Amino acid sequence: MADPATTLAQPAGATGVLVLADGTAVWGKGFGASGSAVGELCFNTAMTGYQEVMTDPSYAAQIVNFTFPHIGNVGANEEDRESRVESAVGCIVREEVTPHSSFRASDQFVSWMAAEGRIGLSGVDTRALTRRIRLSGAQNAVIAHDPHGRFDLRELKRQAADWAGLEGMDLASRVSREKAEGWEGGEWTLGEGYGSAAQGAGDRPHVVAVDYGSKDNIFRNLVRAGARVTVVPASASVEDIMAHEPAGVFLSNGPGDPAATGERAVPVIRELLDRNMPIFGICLGHQLLALAAGAKTKKMHQGHRGANHPVQRVGESWGDTEGLVEITSMNHGFAVDGDTLPEGVEQTHVSLFDGSNCGIAISGKKAFGVQYHPEASPGPQDSFYLFDKFVGMLG
Amino acid sequence: MPKRTDISSILVIGAGPIIIGQACEFDYSGTQAIKALKEEGYRVILVNSNPATIMTDPEMADATYVEPITPEIVAKIIAKERPDAVLPTMGGQTALNCALALANDGTLEKYGVEMIGAKADAIDKAENRQRFREAMDSIGLESARSGVAYSVDEAFKVLERTGLPAIIRPSFTLGGTGGGIAYNKAEFERITREGIDASPTNEVLIEESLLGWKEFEMEVVRDRADNCIIVCAIENVDPMGVHTGDSITVAPALTLTDKEYQIMRSASIAVLREIGVETGGSNVQFAVNPADGRLIVIEMNPRVSRSSALASKATGFPIARVAAKLAVGYTLDEITNEITGATPASFEPTIDYVVTKIPRFAFEKFKGAKDDLSTAMKSVGEVMAIGRSFAESMQKALRGLETGLDGFNRVVELEGTSRDVITAALSRRTPDRLLNVAQAFREGLSVEEIQPITGYDAWFLRQIEAIIYEERMLGHTGLPRDAAEMRRLKAMGFSDKRLATLAVRSVGVAGGMAETQARRSGLLHDTLRAMAGATSEAEVRKLREKLGVHPVFKRIDSCAAEFEAITPYMYSTYEAPSFGEPENEAWPSDRRKVVILGGGPNRIGQGIEFDYCCCHACFALDEAGFETIMVNCNPETVSTDYDTSDRLYFEPLTAEDVLEILRVEQQNGELVGVIVQFGGQTPLKLAQALEDEGIPILGTSPDAIDLAEDRERFAKLVGKLGLRQPDNGIARSRDEAAAVARGIGYPVLLRPSYVLGGRAMEIVDSEAQLDDYIATAVNVSGDSPVLIDQYLRDAVECDVDALCDGTDVVIAGVMQHIEEAGVHSGDSACTLPPYSLSDAVIAEMEGQARKLALALGVRGLMNIQFAIKADENGNELVYLIEVNPRASRTVPFVAKATGQPIAKIAARIMAGEMLSAFPPIRRKFDYMAVKEAVFPFARFPGADPVLSPEMKSTGEVMGIDSDFPAAFFKSQLGAGVTLPESGTAFVSVKESDRQAIVPAVRSLIEQGFSVLATDGTGGYLAQQGLTVERINKVAQGQPHIVDRMIDGGVDLVFNTTEGWQSLIDSKSIRATALQMKIPSYTTAAASLAASRAIASVRVSQLEVKPLQDYHS
Repeated sequence: MADPATTLAQPAGATGVLVLADGTAVWGKGFGASGSAVGELCFNTAMTGYQEVMTDPSYAAQIVNFTFPHIGNVGANEEDRESRVESAVGCIVREEVTPHSSFRASDQFVSWMAAEGRIGLSGVDTRALTRRIRLSGAQNAVIAHDPHGRFDLRELKRQAADWAGLEGMDLASRVSREKAEGWEGGEWTLGEGYGSAAQGAGDRPHVVAVDYGSKDNIFRNLVRAGARVTVVPASASVEDIMAHEPAGVFLSNGPGDPAATGERAVPVIRELLDRNMPIFGICLGHQLLALAAGAKTKKMHQGHRGANHPVQRVGESWGDTEGLVEITSMNHGFAVDGDTLPEGVEQTHVSLFDGSNCGIAISGKKAFGVQYHPEASPGPQDSFYLFDKFVGMLG
Repeated sequence: MPKRTDISSILVIGAGPIIIGQACEFDYSGTQAIKALKEEGYRVILVNSNPATIMTDPEMADATYVEPITPEIVAKIIAKERPDAVLPTMGGQTALNCALALANDGTLEKYGVEMIGAKADAIDKAENRQRFREAMDSIGLESARSGVAYSVDEAFKVLERTGLPAIIRPSFTLGGTGGGIAYNKAEFERITREGIDASPTNEVLIEESLLGWKEFEMEVVRDRADNCIIVCAIENVDPMGVHTGDSITVAPALTLTDKEYQIMRSASIAVLREIGVETGGSNVQFAVNPADGRLIVIEMNPRVSRSSALASKATGFPIARVAAKLAVGYTLDEITNEITGATPASFEPTIDYVVTKIPRFAFEKFKGAKDDLSTAMKSVGEVMAIGRSFAESMQKALRGLETGLDGFNRVVELEGTSRDVITAALSRRTPDRLLNVAQAFREGLSVEEIQPITGYDAWFLRQIEAIIYEERMLGHTGLPRDAAEMRRLKAMGFSDKRLATLAVRSVGVAGGMAETQARRSGLLHDTLRAMAGATSEAEVRKLREKLGVHPVFKRIDSCAAEFEAITPYMYSTYEAPSFGEPENEAWPSDRRKVVILGGGPNRIGQGIEFDYCCCHACFALDEAGFETIMVNCNPETVSTDYDTSDRLYFEPLTAEDVLEILRVEQQNGELVGVIVQFGGQTPLKLAQALEDEGIPILGTSPDAIDLAEDRERFAKLVGKLGLRQPDNGIARSRDEAAAVARGIGYPVLLRPSYVLGGRAMEIVDSEAQLDDYIATAVNVSGDSPVLIDQYLRDAVECDVDALCDGTDVVIAGVMQHIEEAGVHSGDSACTLPPYSLSDAVIAEMEGQARKLALALGVRGLMNIQFAIKADENGNELVYLIEVNPRASRTVPFVAKATGQPIAKIAARIMAGEMLSAFPPIRRKFDYMAVKEAVFPFARFPGADPVLSPEMKSTGEVMGIDSDFPAAFFKSQLGAGVTLPESGTAFVSVKESDRQAIVPAVRSLIEQGFSVLATDGTGGYLAQQGLTVERINKVAQGQPHIVDRMIDGGVDLVFNTTEGWQSLIDSKSIRATALQMKIPSYTTAAASLAASRAIASVRVSQLEVKPLQDYHS
């Protein structure tokens, strides 16, 4: 049902364009930074939290098509940032971004995008684009913005077509911190902002978090749950990690192909597992844990990105709460292949949208991971319990 | 968890008559619930006194009790049916209160009936202000500073904590009846007193004012495994201070950061858990301080609601259906999302469009009532519109409202006025505030100036400002001549009509003049058109067609296109051609199809009865093998359930929007025709535009409908058929009107042409009153003449509903009104069969109906109103009052009373079948059905609660029993009036009623009543040998009758009036009766009926019987 590749003549007034790898050009108005950027096109169905999405490093080398038509209503602020590293290269919205209204805003979304070096495109039928992704799968694309409307379409097409894509790409090392650092900052509360992690830091169980491109709210939640957190780079060796004397190791979310990142990360995780180190992985961290345990990952047709995804608890280990559904925030284009879970790896959560794996636990070890984002931000907070569960294991 | 097998039969309690605050959204939810429970194999027993509902169709539930929803009556039903469970969450506050009463009085326990969906304690915890507040405290959620009071003294103590302004909310009342905002101590005392009276527990909550705070509603669903989902977040554009039912709202919430939204989401779920709503849908309301985000819980409803109906329509997630399944034990993950067919209901819908709801009001019906909006709901209906942007959604809603708006029409009264005048207008919370905001932008005010006055979020204001900016540009440049620019404007929601108005303005000719000239052909018109681009709606449409600018249709799929939607539920939008042509997801089928146009927002005179007919057209044509396509914009209705038709377009009912739908539907398959005769006046108004475009109209031709409505054409037909009409005339000026009235002789009935619901109809007794009417009620001119009829005083009025296929005529029902002619037929009680007419008169009416149906070429339904009045020789003469060759308000009542699906038969006749193909309609009954109207007077203090030719009722109930007194008694009980068994009656009637009232008074005295009467009436009754106590009229000074009523010394009022002065003098009696809830009858016939019922009926002895038994 998808339209064949169409190249429309540039309409008058077009200052932005999205060029798909198949040659299709989608015109609109550019905003934010000028220039062009290449990435995989994906869609996100959340109705709130665009700034958190745009600062989630898992979106590195991706262009986010927002399905909700009005984006930018509440501007941008410093608190709703999830990282300071590379993340989505650009976004596509249906409606031109209008001035914000929010007591929390410190900047307009448009100027924030420009300051962040991200390219925006508005005036696009984002629903048609979403349907296209659904029907023909994730595509590579270039997003470009020029205030004077000058585009070299042929060159942009070439860029989109030539880009190798996310599969096989180890992006985690690109967005990870370069040095270990102590994490400060706890839970956010209205009117108070982020709490401090310093109180009683010494008595708290120490979590060493491996940063594959992490969202800050994960660390804040670990702090909320009672941990002291040290963040180490994706390149950290077992020795590097153990040097911090962790009570448990956390594996963060991040962008790219888990198989590629896993080449270096999996042996480290396997070694930690062998040492019976308590481990908790989220998203990419979950996939790496699964790979370390012997499962396989695969690229999904269109991925799961949004804040309304139902995930069901499966397995007898849940006791009374078996079958309970958590509404979760998701952002992944790769998934653990549930059919490849080896003996000793228990599936704990599945997606009710497509049955894909959303959580595992390794039998006999204090090691588990979830595919979705229990730290929310953006999205529902139904799954905060996982942080408490993990920190509780470290006692 | 699977469904429960320990229960097998379930009693569903409906919401009763349509009233303000409880409208047909509960038919929508109840119908869904019944269907969902029957699917699961349960035996469903229904009680609902409202015959105009789909849920009371005999084929819906297994046993359908059209009986009053009072604890005593429902207890009888329980005793008879012995259901295993009762589901009280589908019928609004009425059902909850009734179920709670049955739990408290031990009935449920006695018969072993389990309350499912909500437990009594959870209902009480949610509804009892004090307990609710304590519950919120316990989970750390803030409530407004407040306190409960049971007396005015206690209230003033609470006021010390809250300060003024203060909000007063009575407990356990519908839509906040009796509540309000007090700005000073005098107001505070008055509202508190009224609130304590209005509350069944004499309890009011007094709260700190959160005026100007942002207001949000969360629609939450929970199952017994503790899965919780938010179906929809609704943001009120009108900030705190206006009842949410009266507020303009949007979905989803548009001005929250994710962090704020998640606080609200988590809080909503915590509220459900704490209150203990085990399963089902609930609604939680919040206020948010725009300055710092401080969040306050306002209230929660542990049941489906108006908002949940809106949320269901806005997202495609059927809350009531799901809630019913959860109530019998399923969990959310076990229920399929029917929109996608592939994903479960345990998710949160995400939408990729903006939904706007605007309420519709009826202040013009209630002279003397102020149009201030407050915390007590006053709107009678609502429109919902869907667009891909706020601007598109909002402008579609404005034109869908059918109040004469094409968008943000100018507010002439504010044009060129001072800043003070504009500021004052903005500060008043009235139905027109949004238009005033738009006008304020035209007058040069800024967002920064308007925001603090209105409390509207700046984001909304900027969107409106942008629309007004475009309007201003259009006023300079005329219409764009290129597709991209035209598409950009259309995507902002501008209607063709609005664009035409703005374009004409660009030419610089005064609006009215330019439009007049634009309509004419010739050089001037051509020049105007060349300059403006187009000068009329039709020309804008042509220009769009030339440019190839058409809307596309997108699907409401609950998932923002993440999954394929299998349910064709659609809305229009103007979309960018991102991939060549704008993507259209309508995908019309290749079937033979019929389009049914709905009735739009509910209003007085056009409500659920018409939606009932539209639904039946869908059901019938589906059975006949057609594809059914529904177009409507009223979110409360069953017709806009995606289940009702094969395809649903949620669109405004304007020529522009409907023609675009038809254009797309005609691209595939065969459009057999459009049904415009079932949705009331709304679709009829579109008939001409459809015919002009060559669209086939099914059934009776629009010309025949016009003939029946056009007085002069109709009079000719009546003359030709030799039928009798009251003397009448038509006038196009004041002097003409006076002359016609003199010729006919006073009293006369005056009305403007083309009305539904009797708007601005009045009986006048003198030339002075005629002058007053013409000066205040209507514009009399060449274009809008006024109709003048001889008023048949004390005549008996009848309604006849008939079916005709062009060859045969079948009488479906003859109804005799209880109130005499002169009371609007929609406001009269009536009986089926007639309770006192001779066979000869009935036969005469039926004969006339046949003649008229054939002469008009009716194909489908027809309604005729007759009046019967004896001449001086005592011969009963039948006068023809009015003919409507289309579905009328009485159709569902006739269908329920007779057990015949007449709307369905009509739809199939319209599609070409003959009457002979259907079984004959039964006309002999061994029972009596009484319809009674229900009024919203209590919502409109200041308005006179008297019946007149102008329709004022919002809904109806049916009482059905073996004889007239019992059926009448039930109809009163269903309408909320419990006739007293003893006590004191007050009687004051006009001279001409004195003789007629004697038997009623005699009967009351025999029943042990004491009787009070004023001089004239009392003297006459004494002459007749009746013992009465004399009492002062109000005009005679205190102590007078109103004093006695206020002191509780009166239990029943019979008060009829004649003439202007007498009506004014007695207004305080009616107002007091209303306030004190004293049964009050304002016509002699109704007084008689009441006395008969009092004499022979006792509630305890009433019997209950399902419709299915009456019909078998």
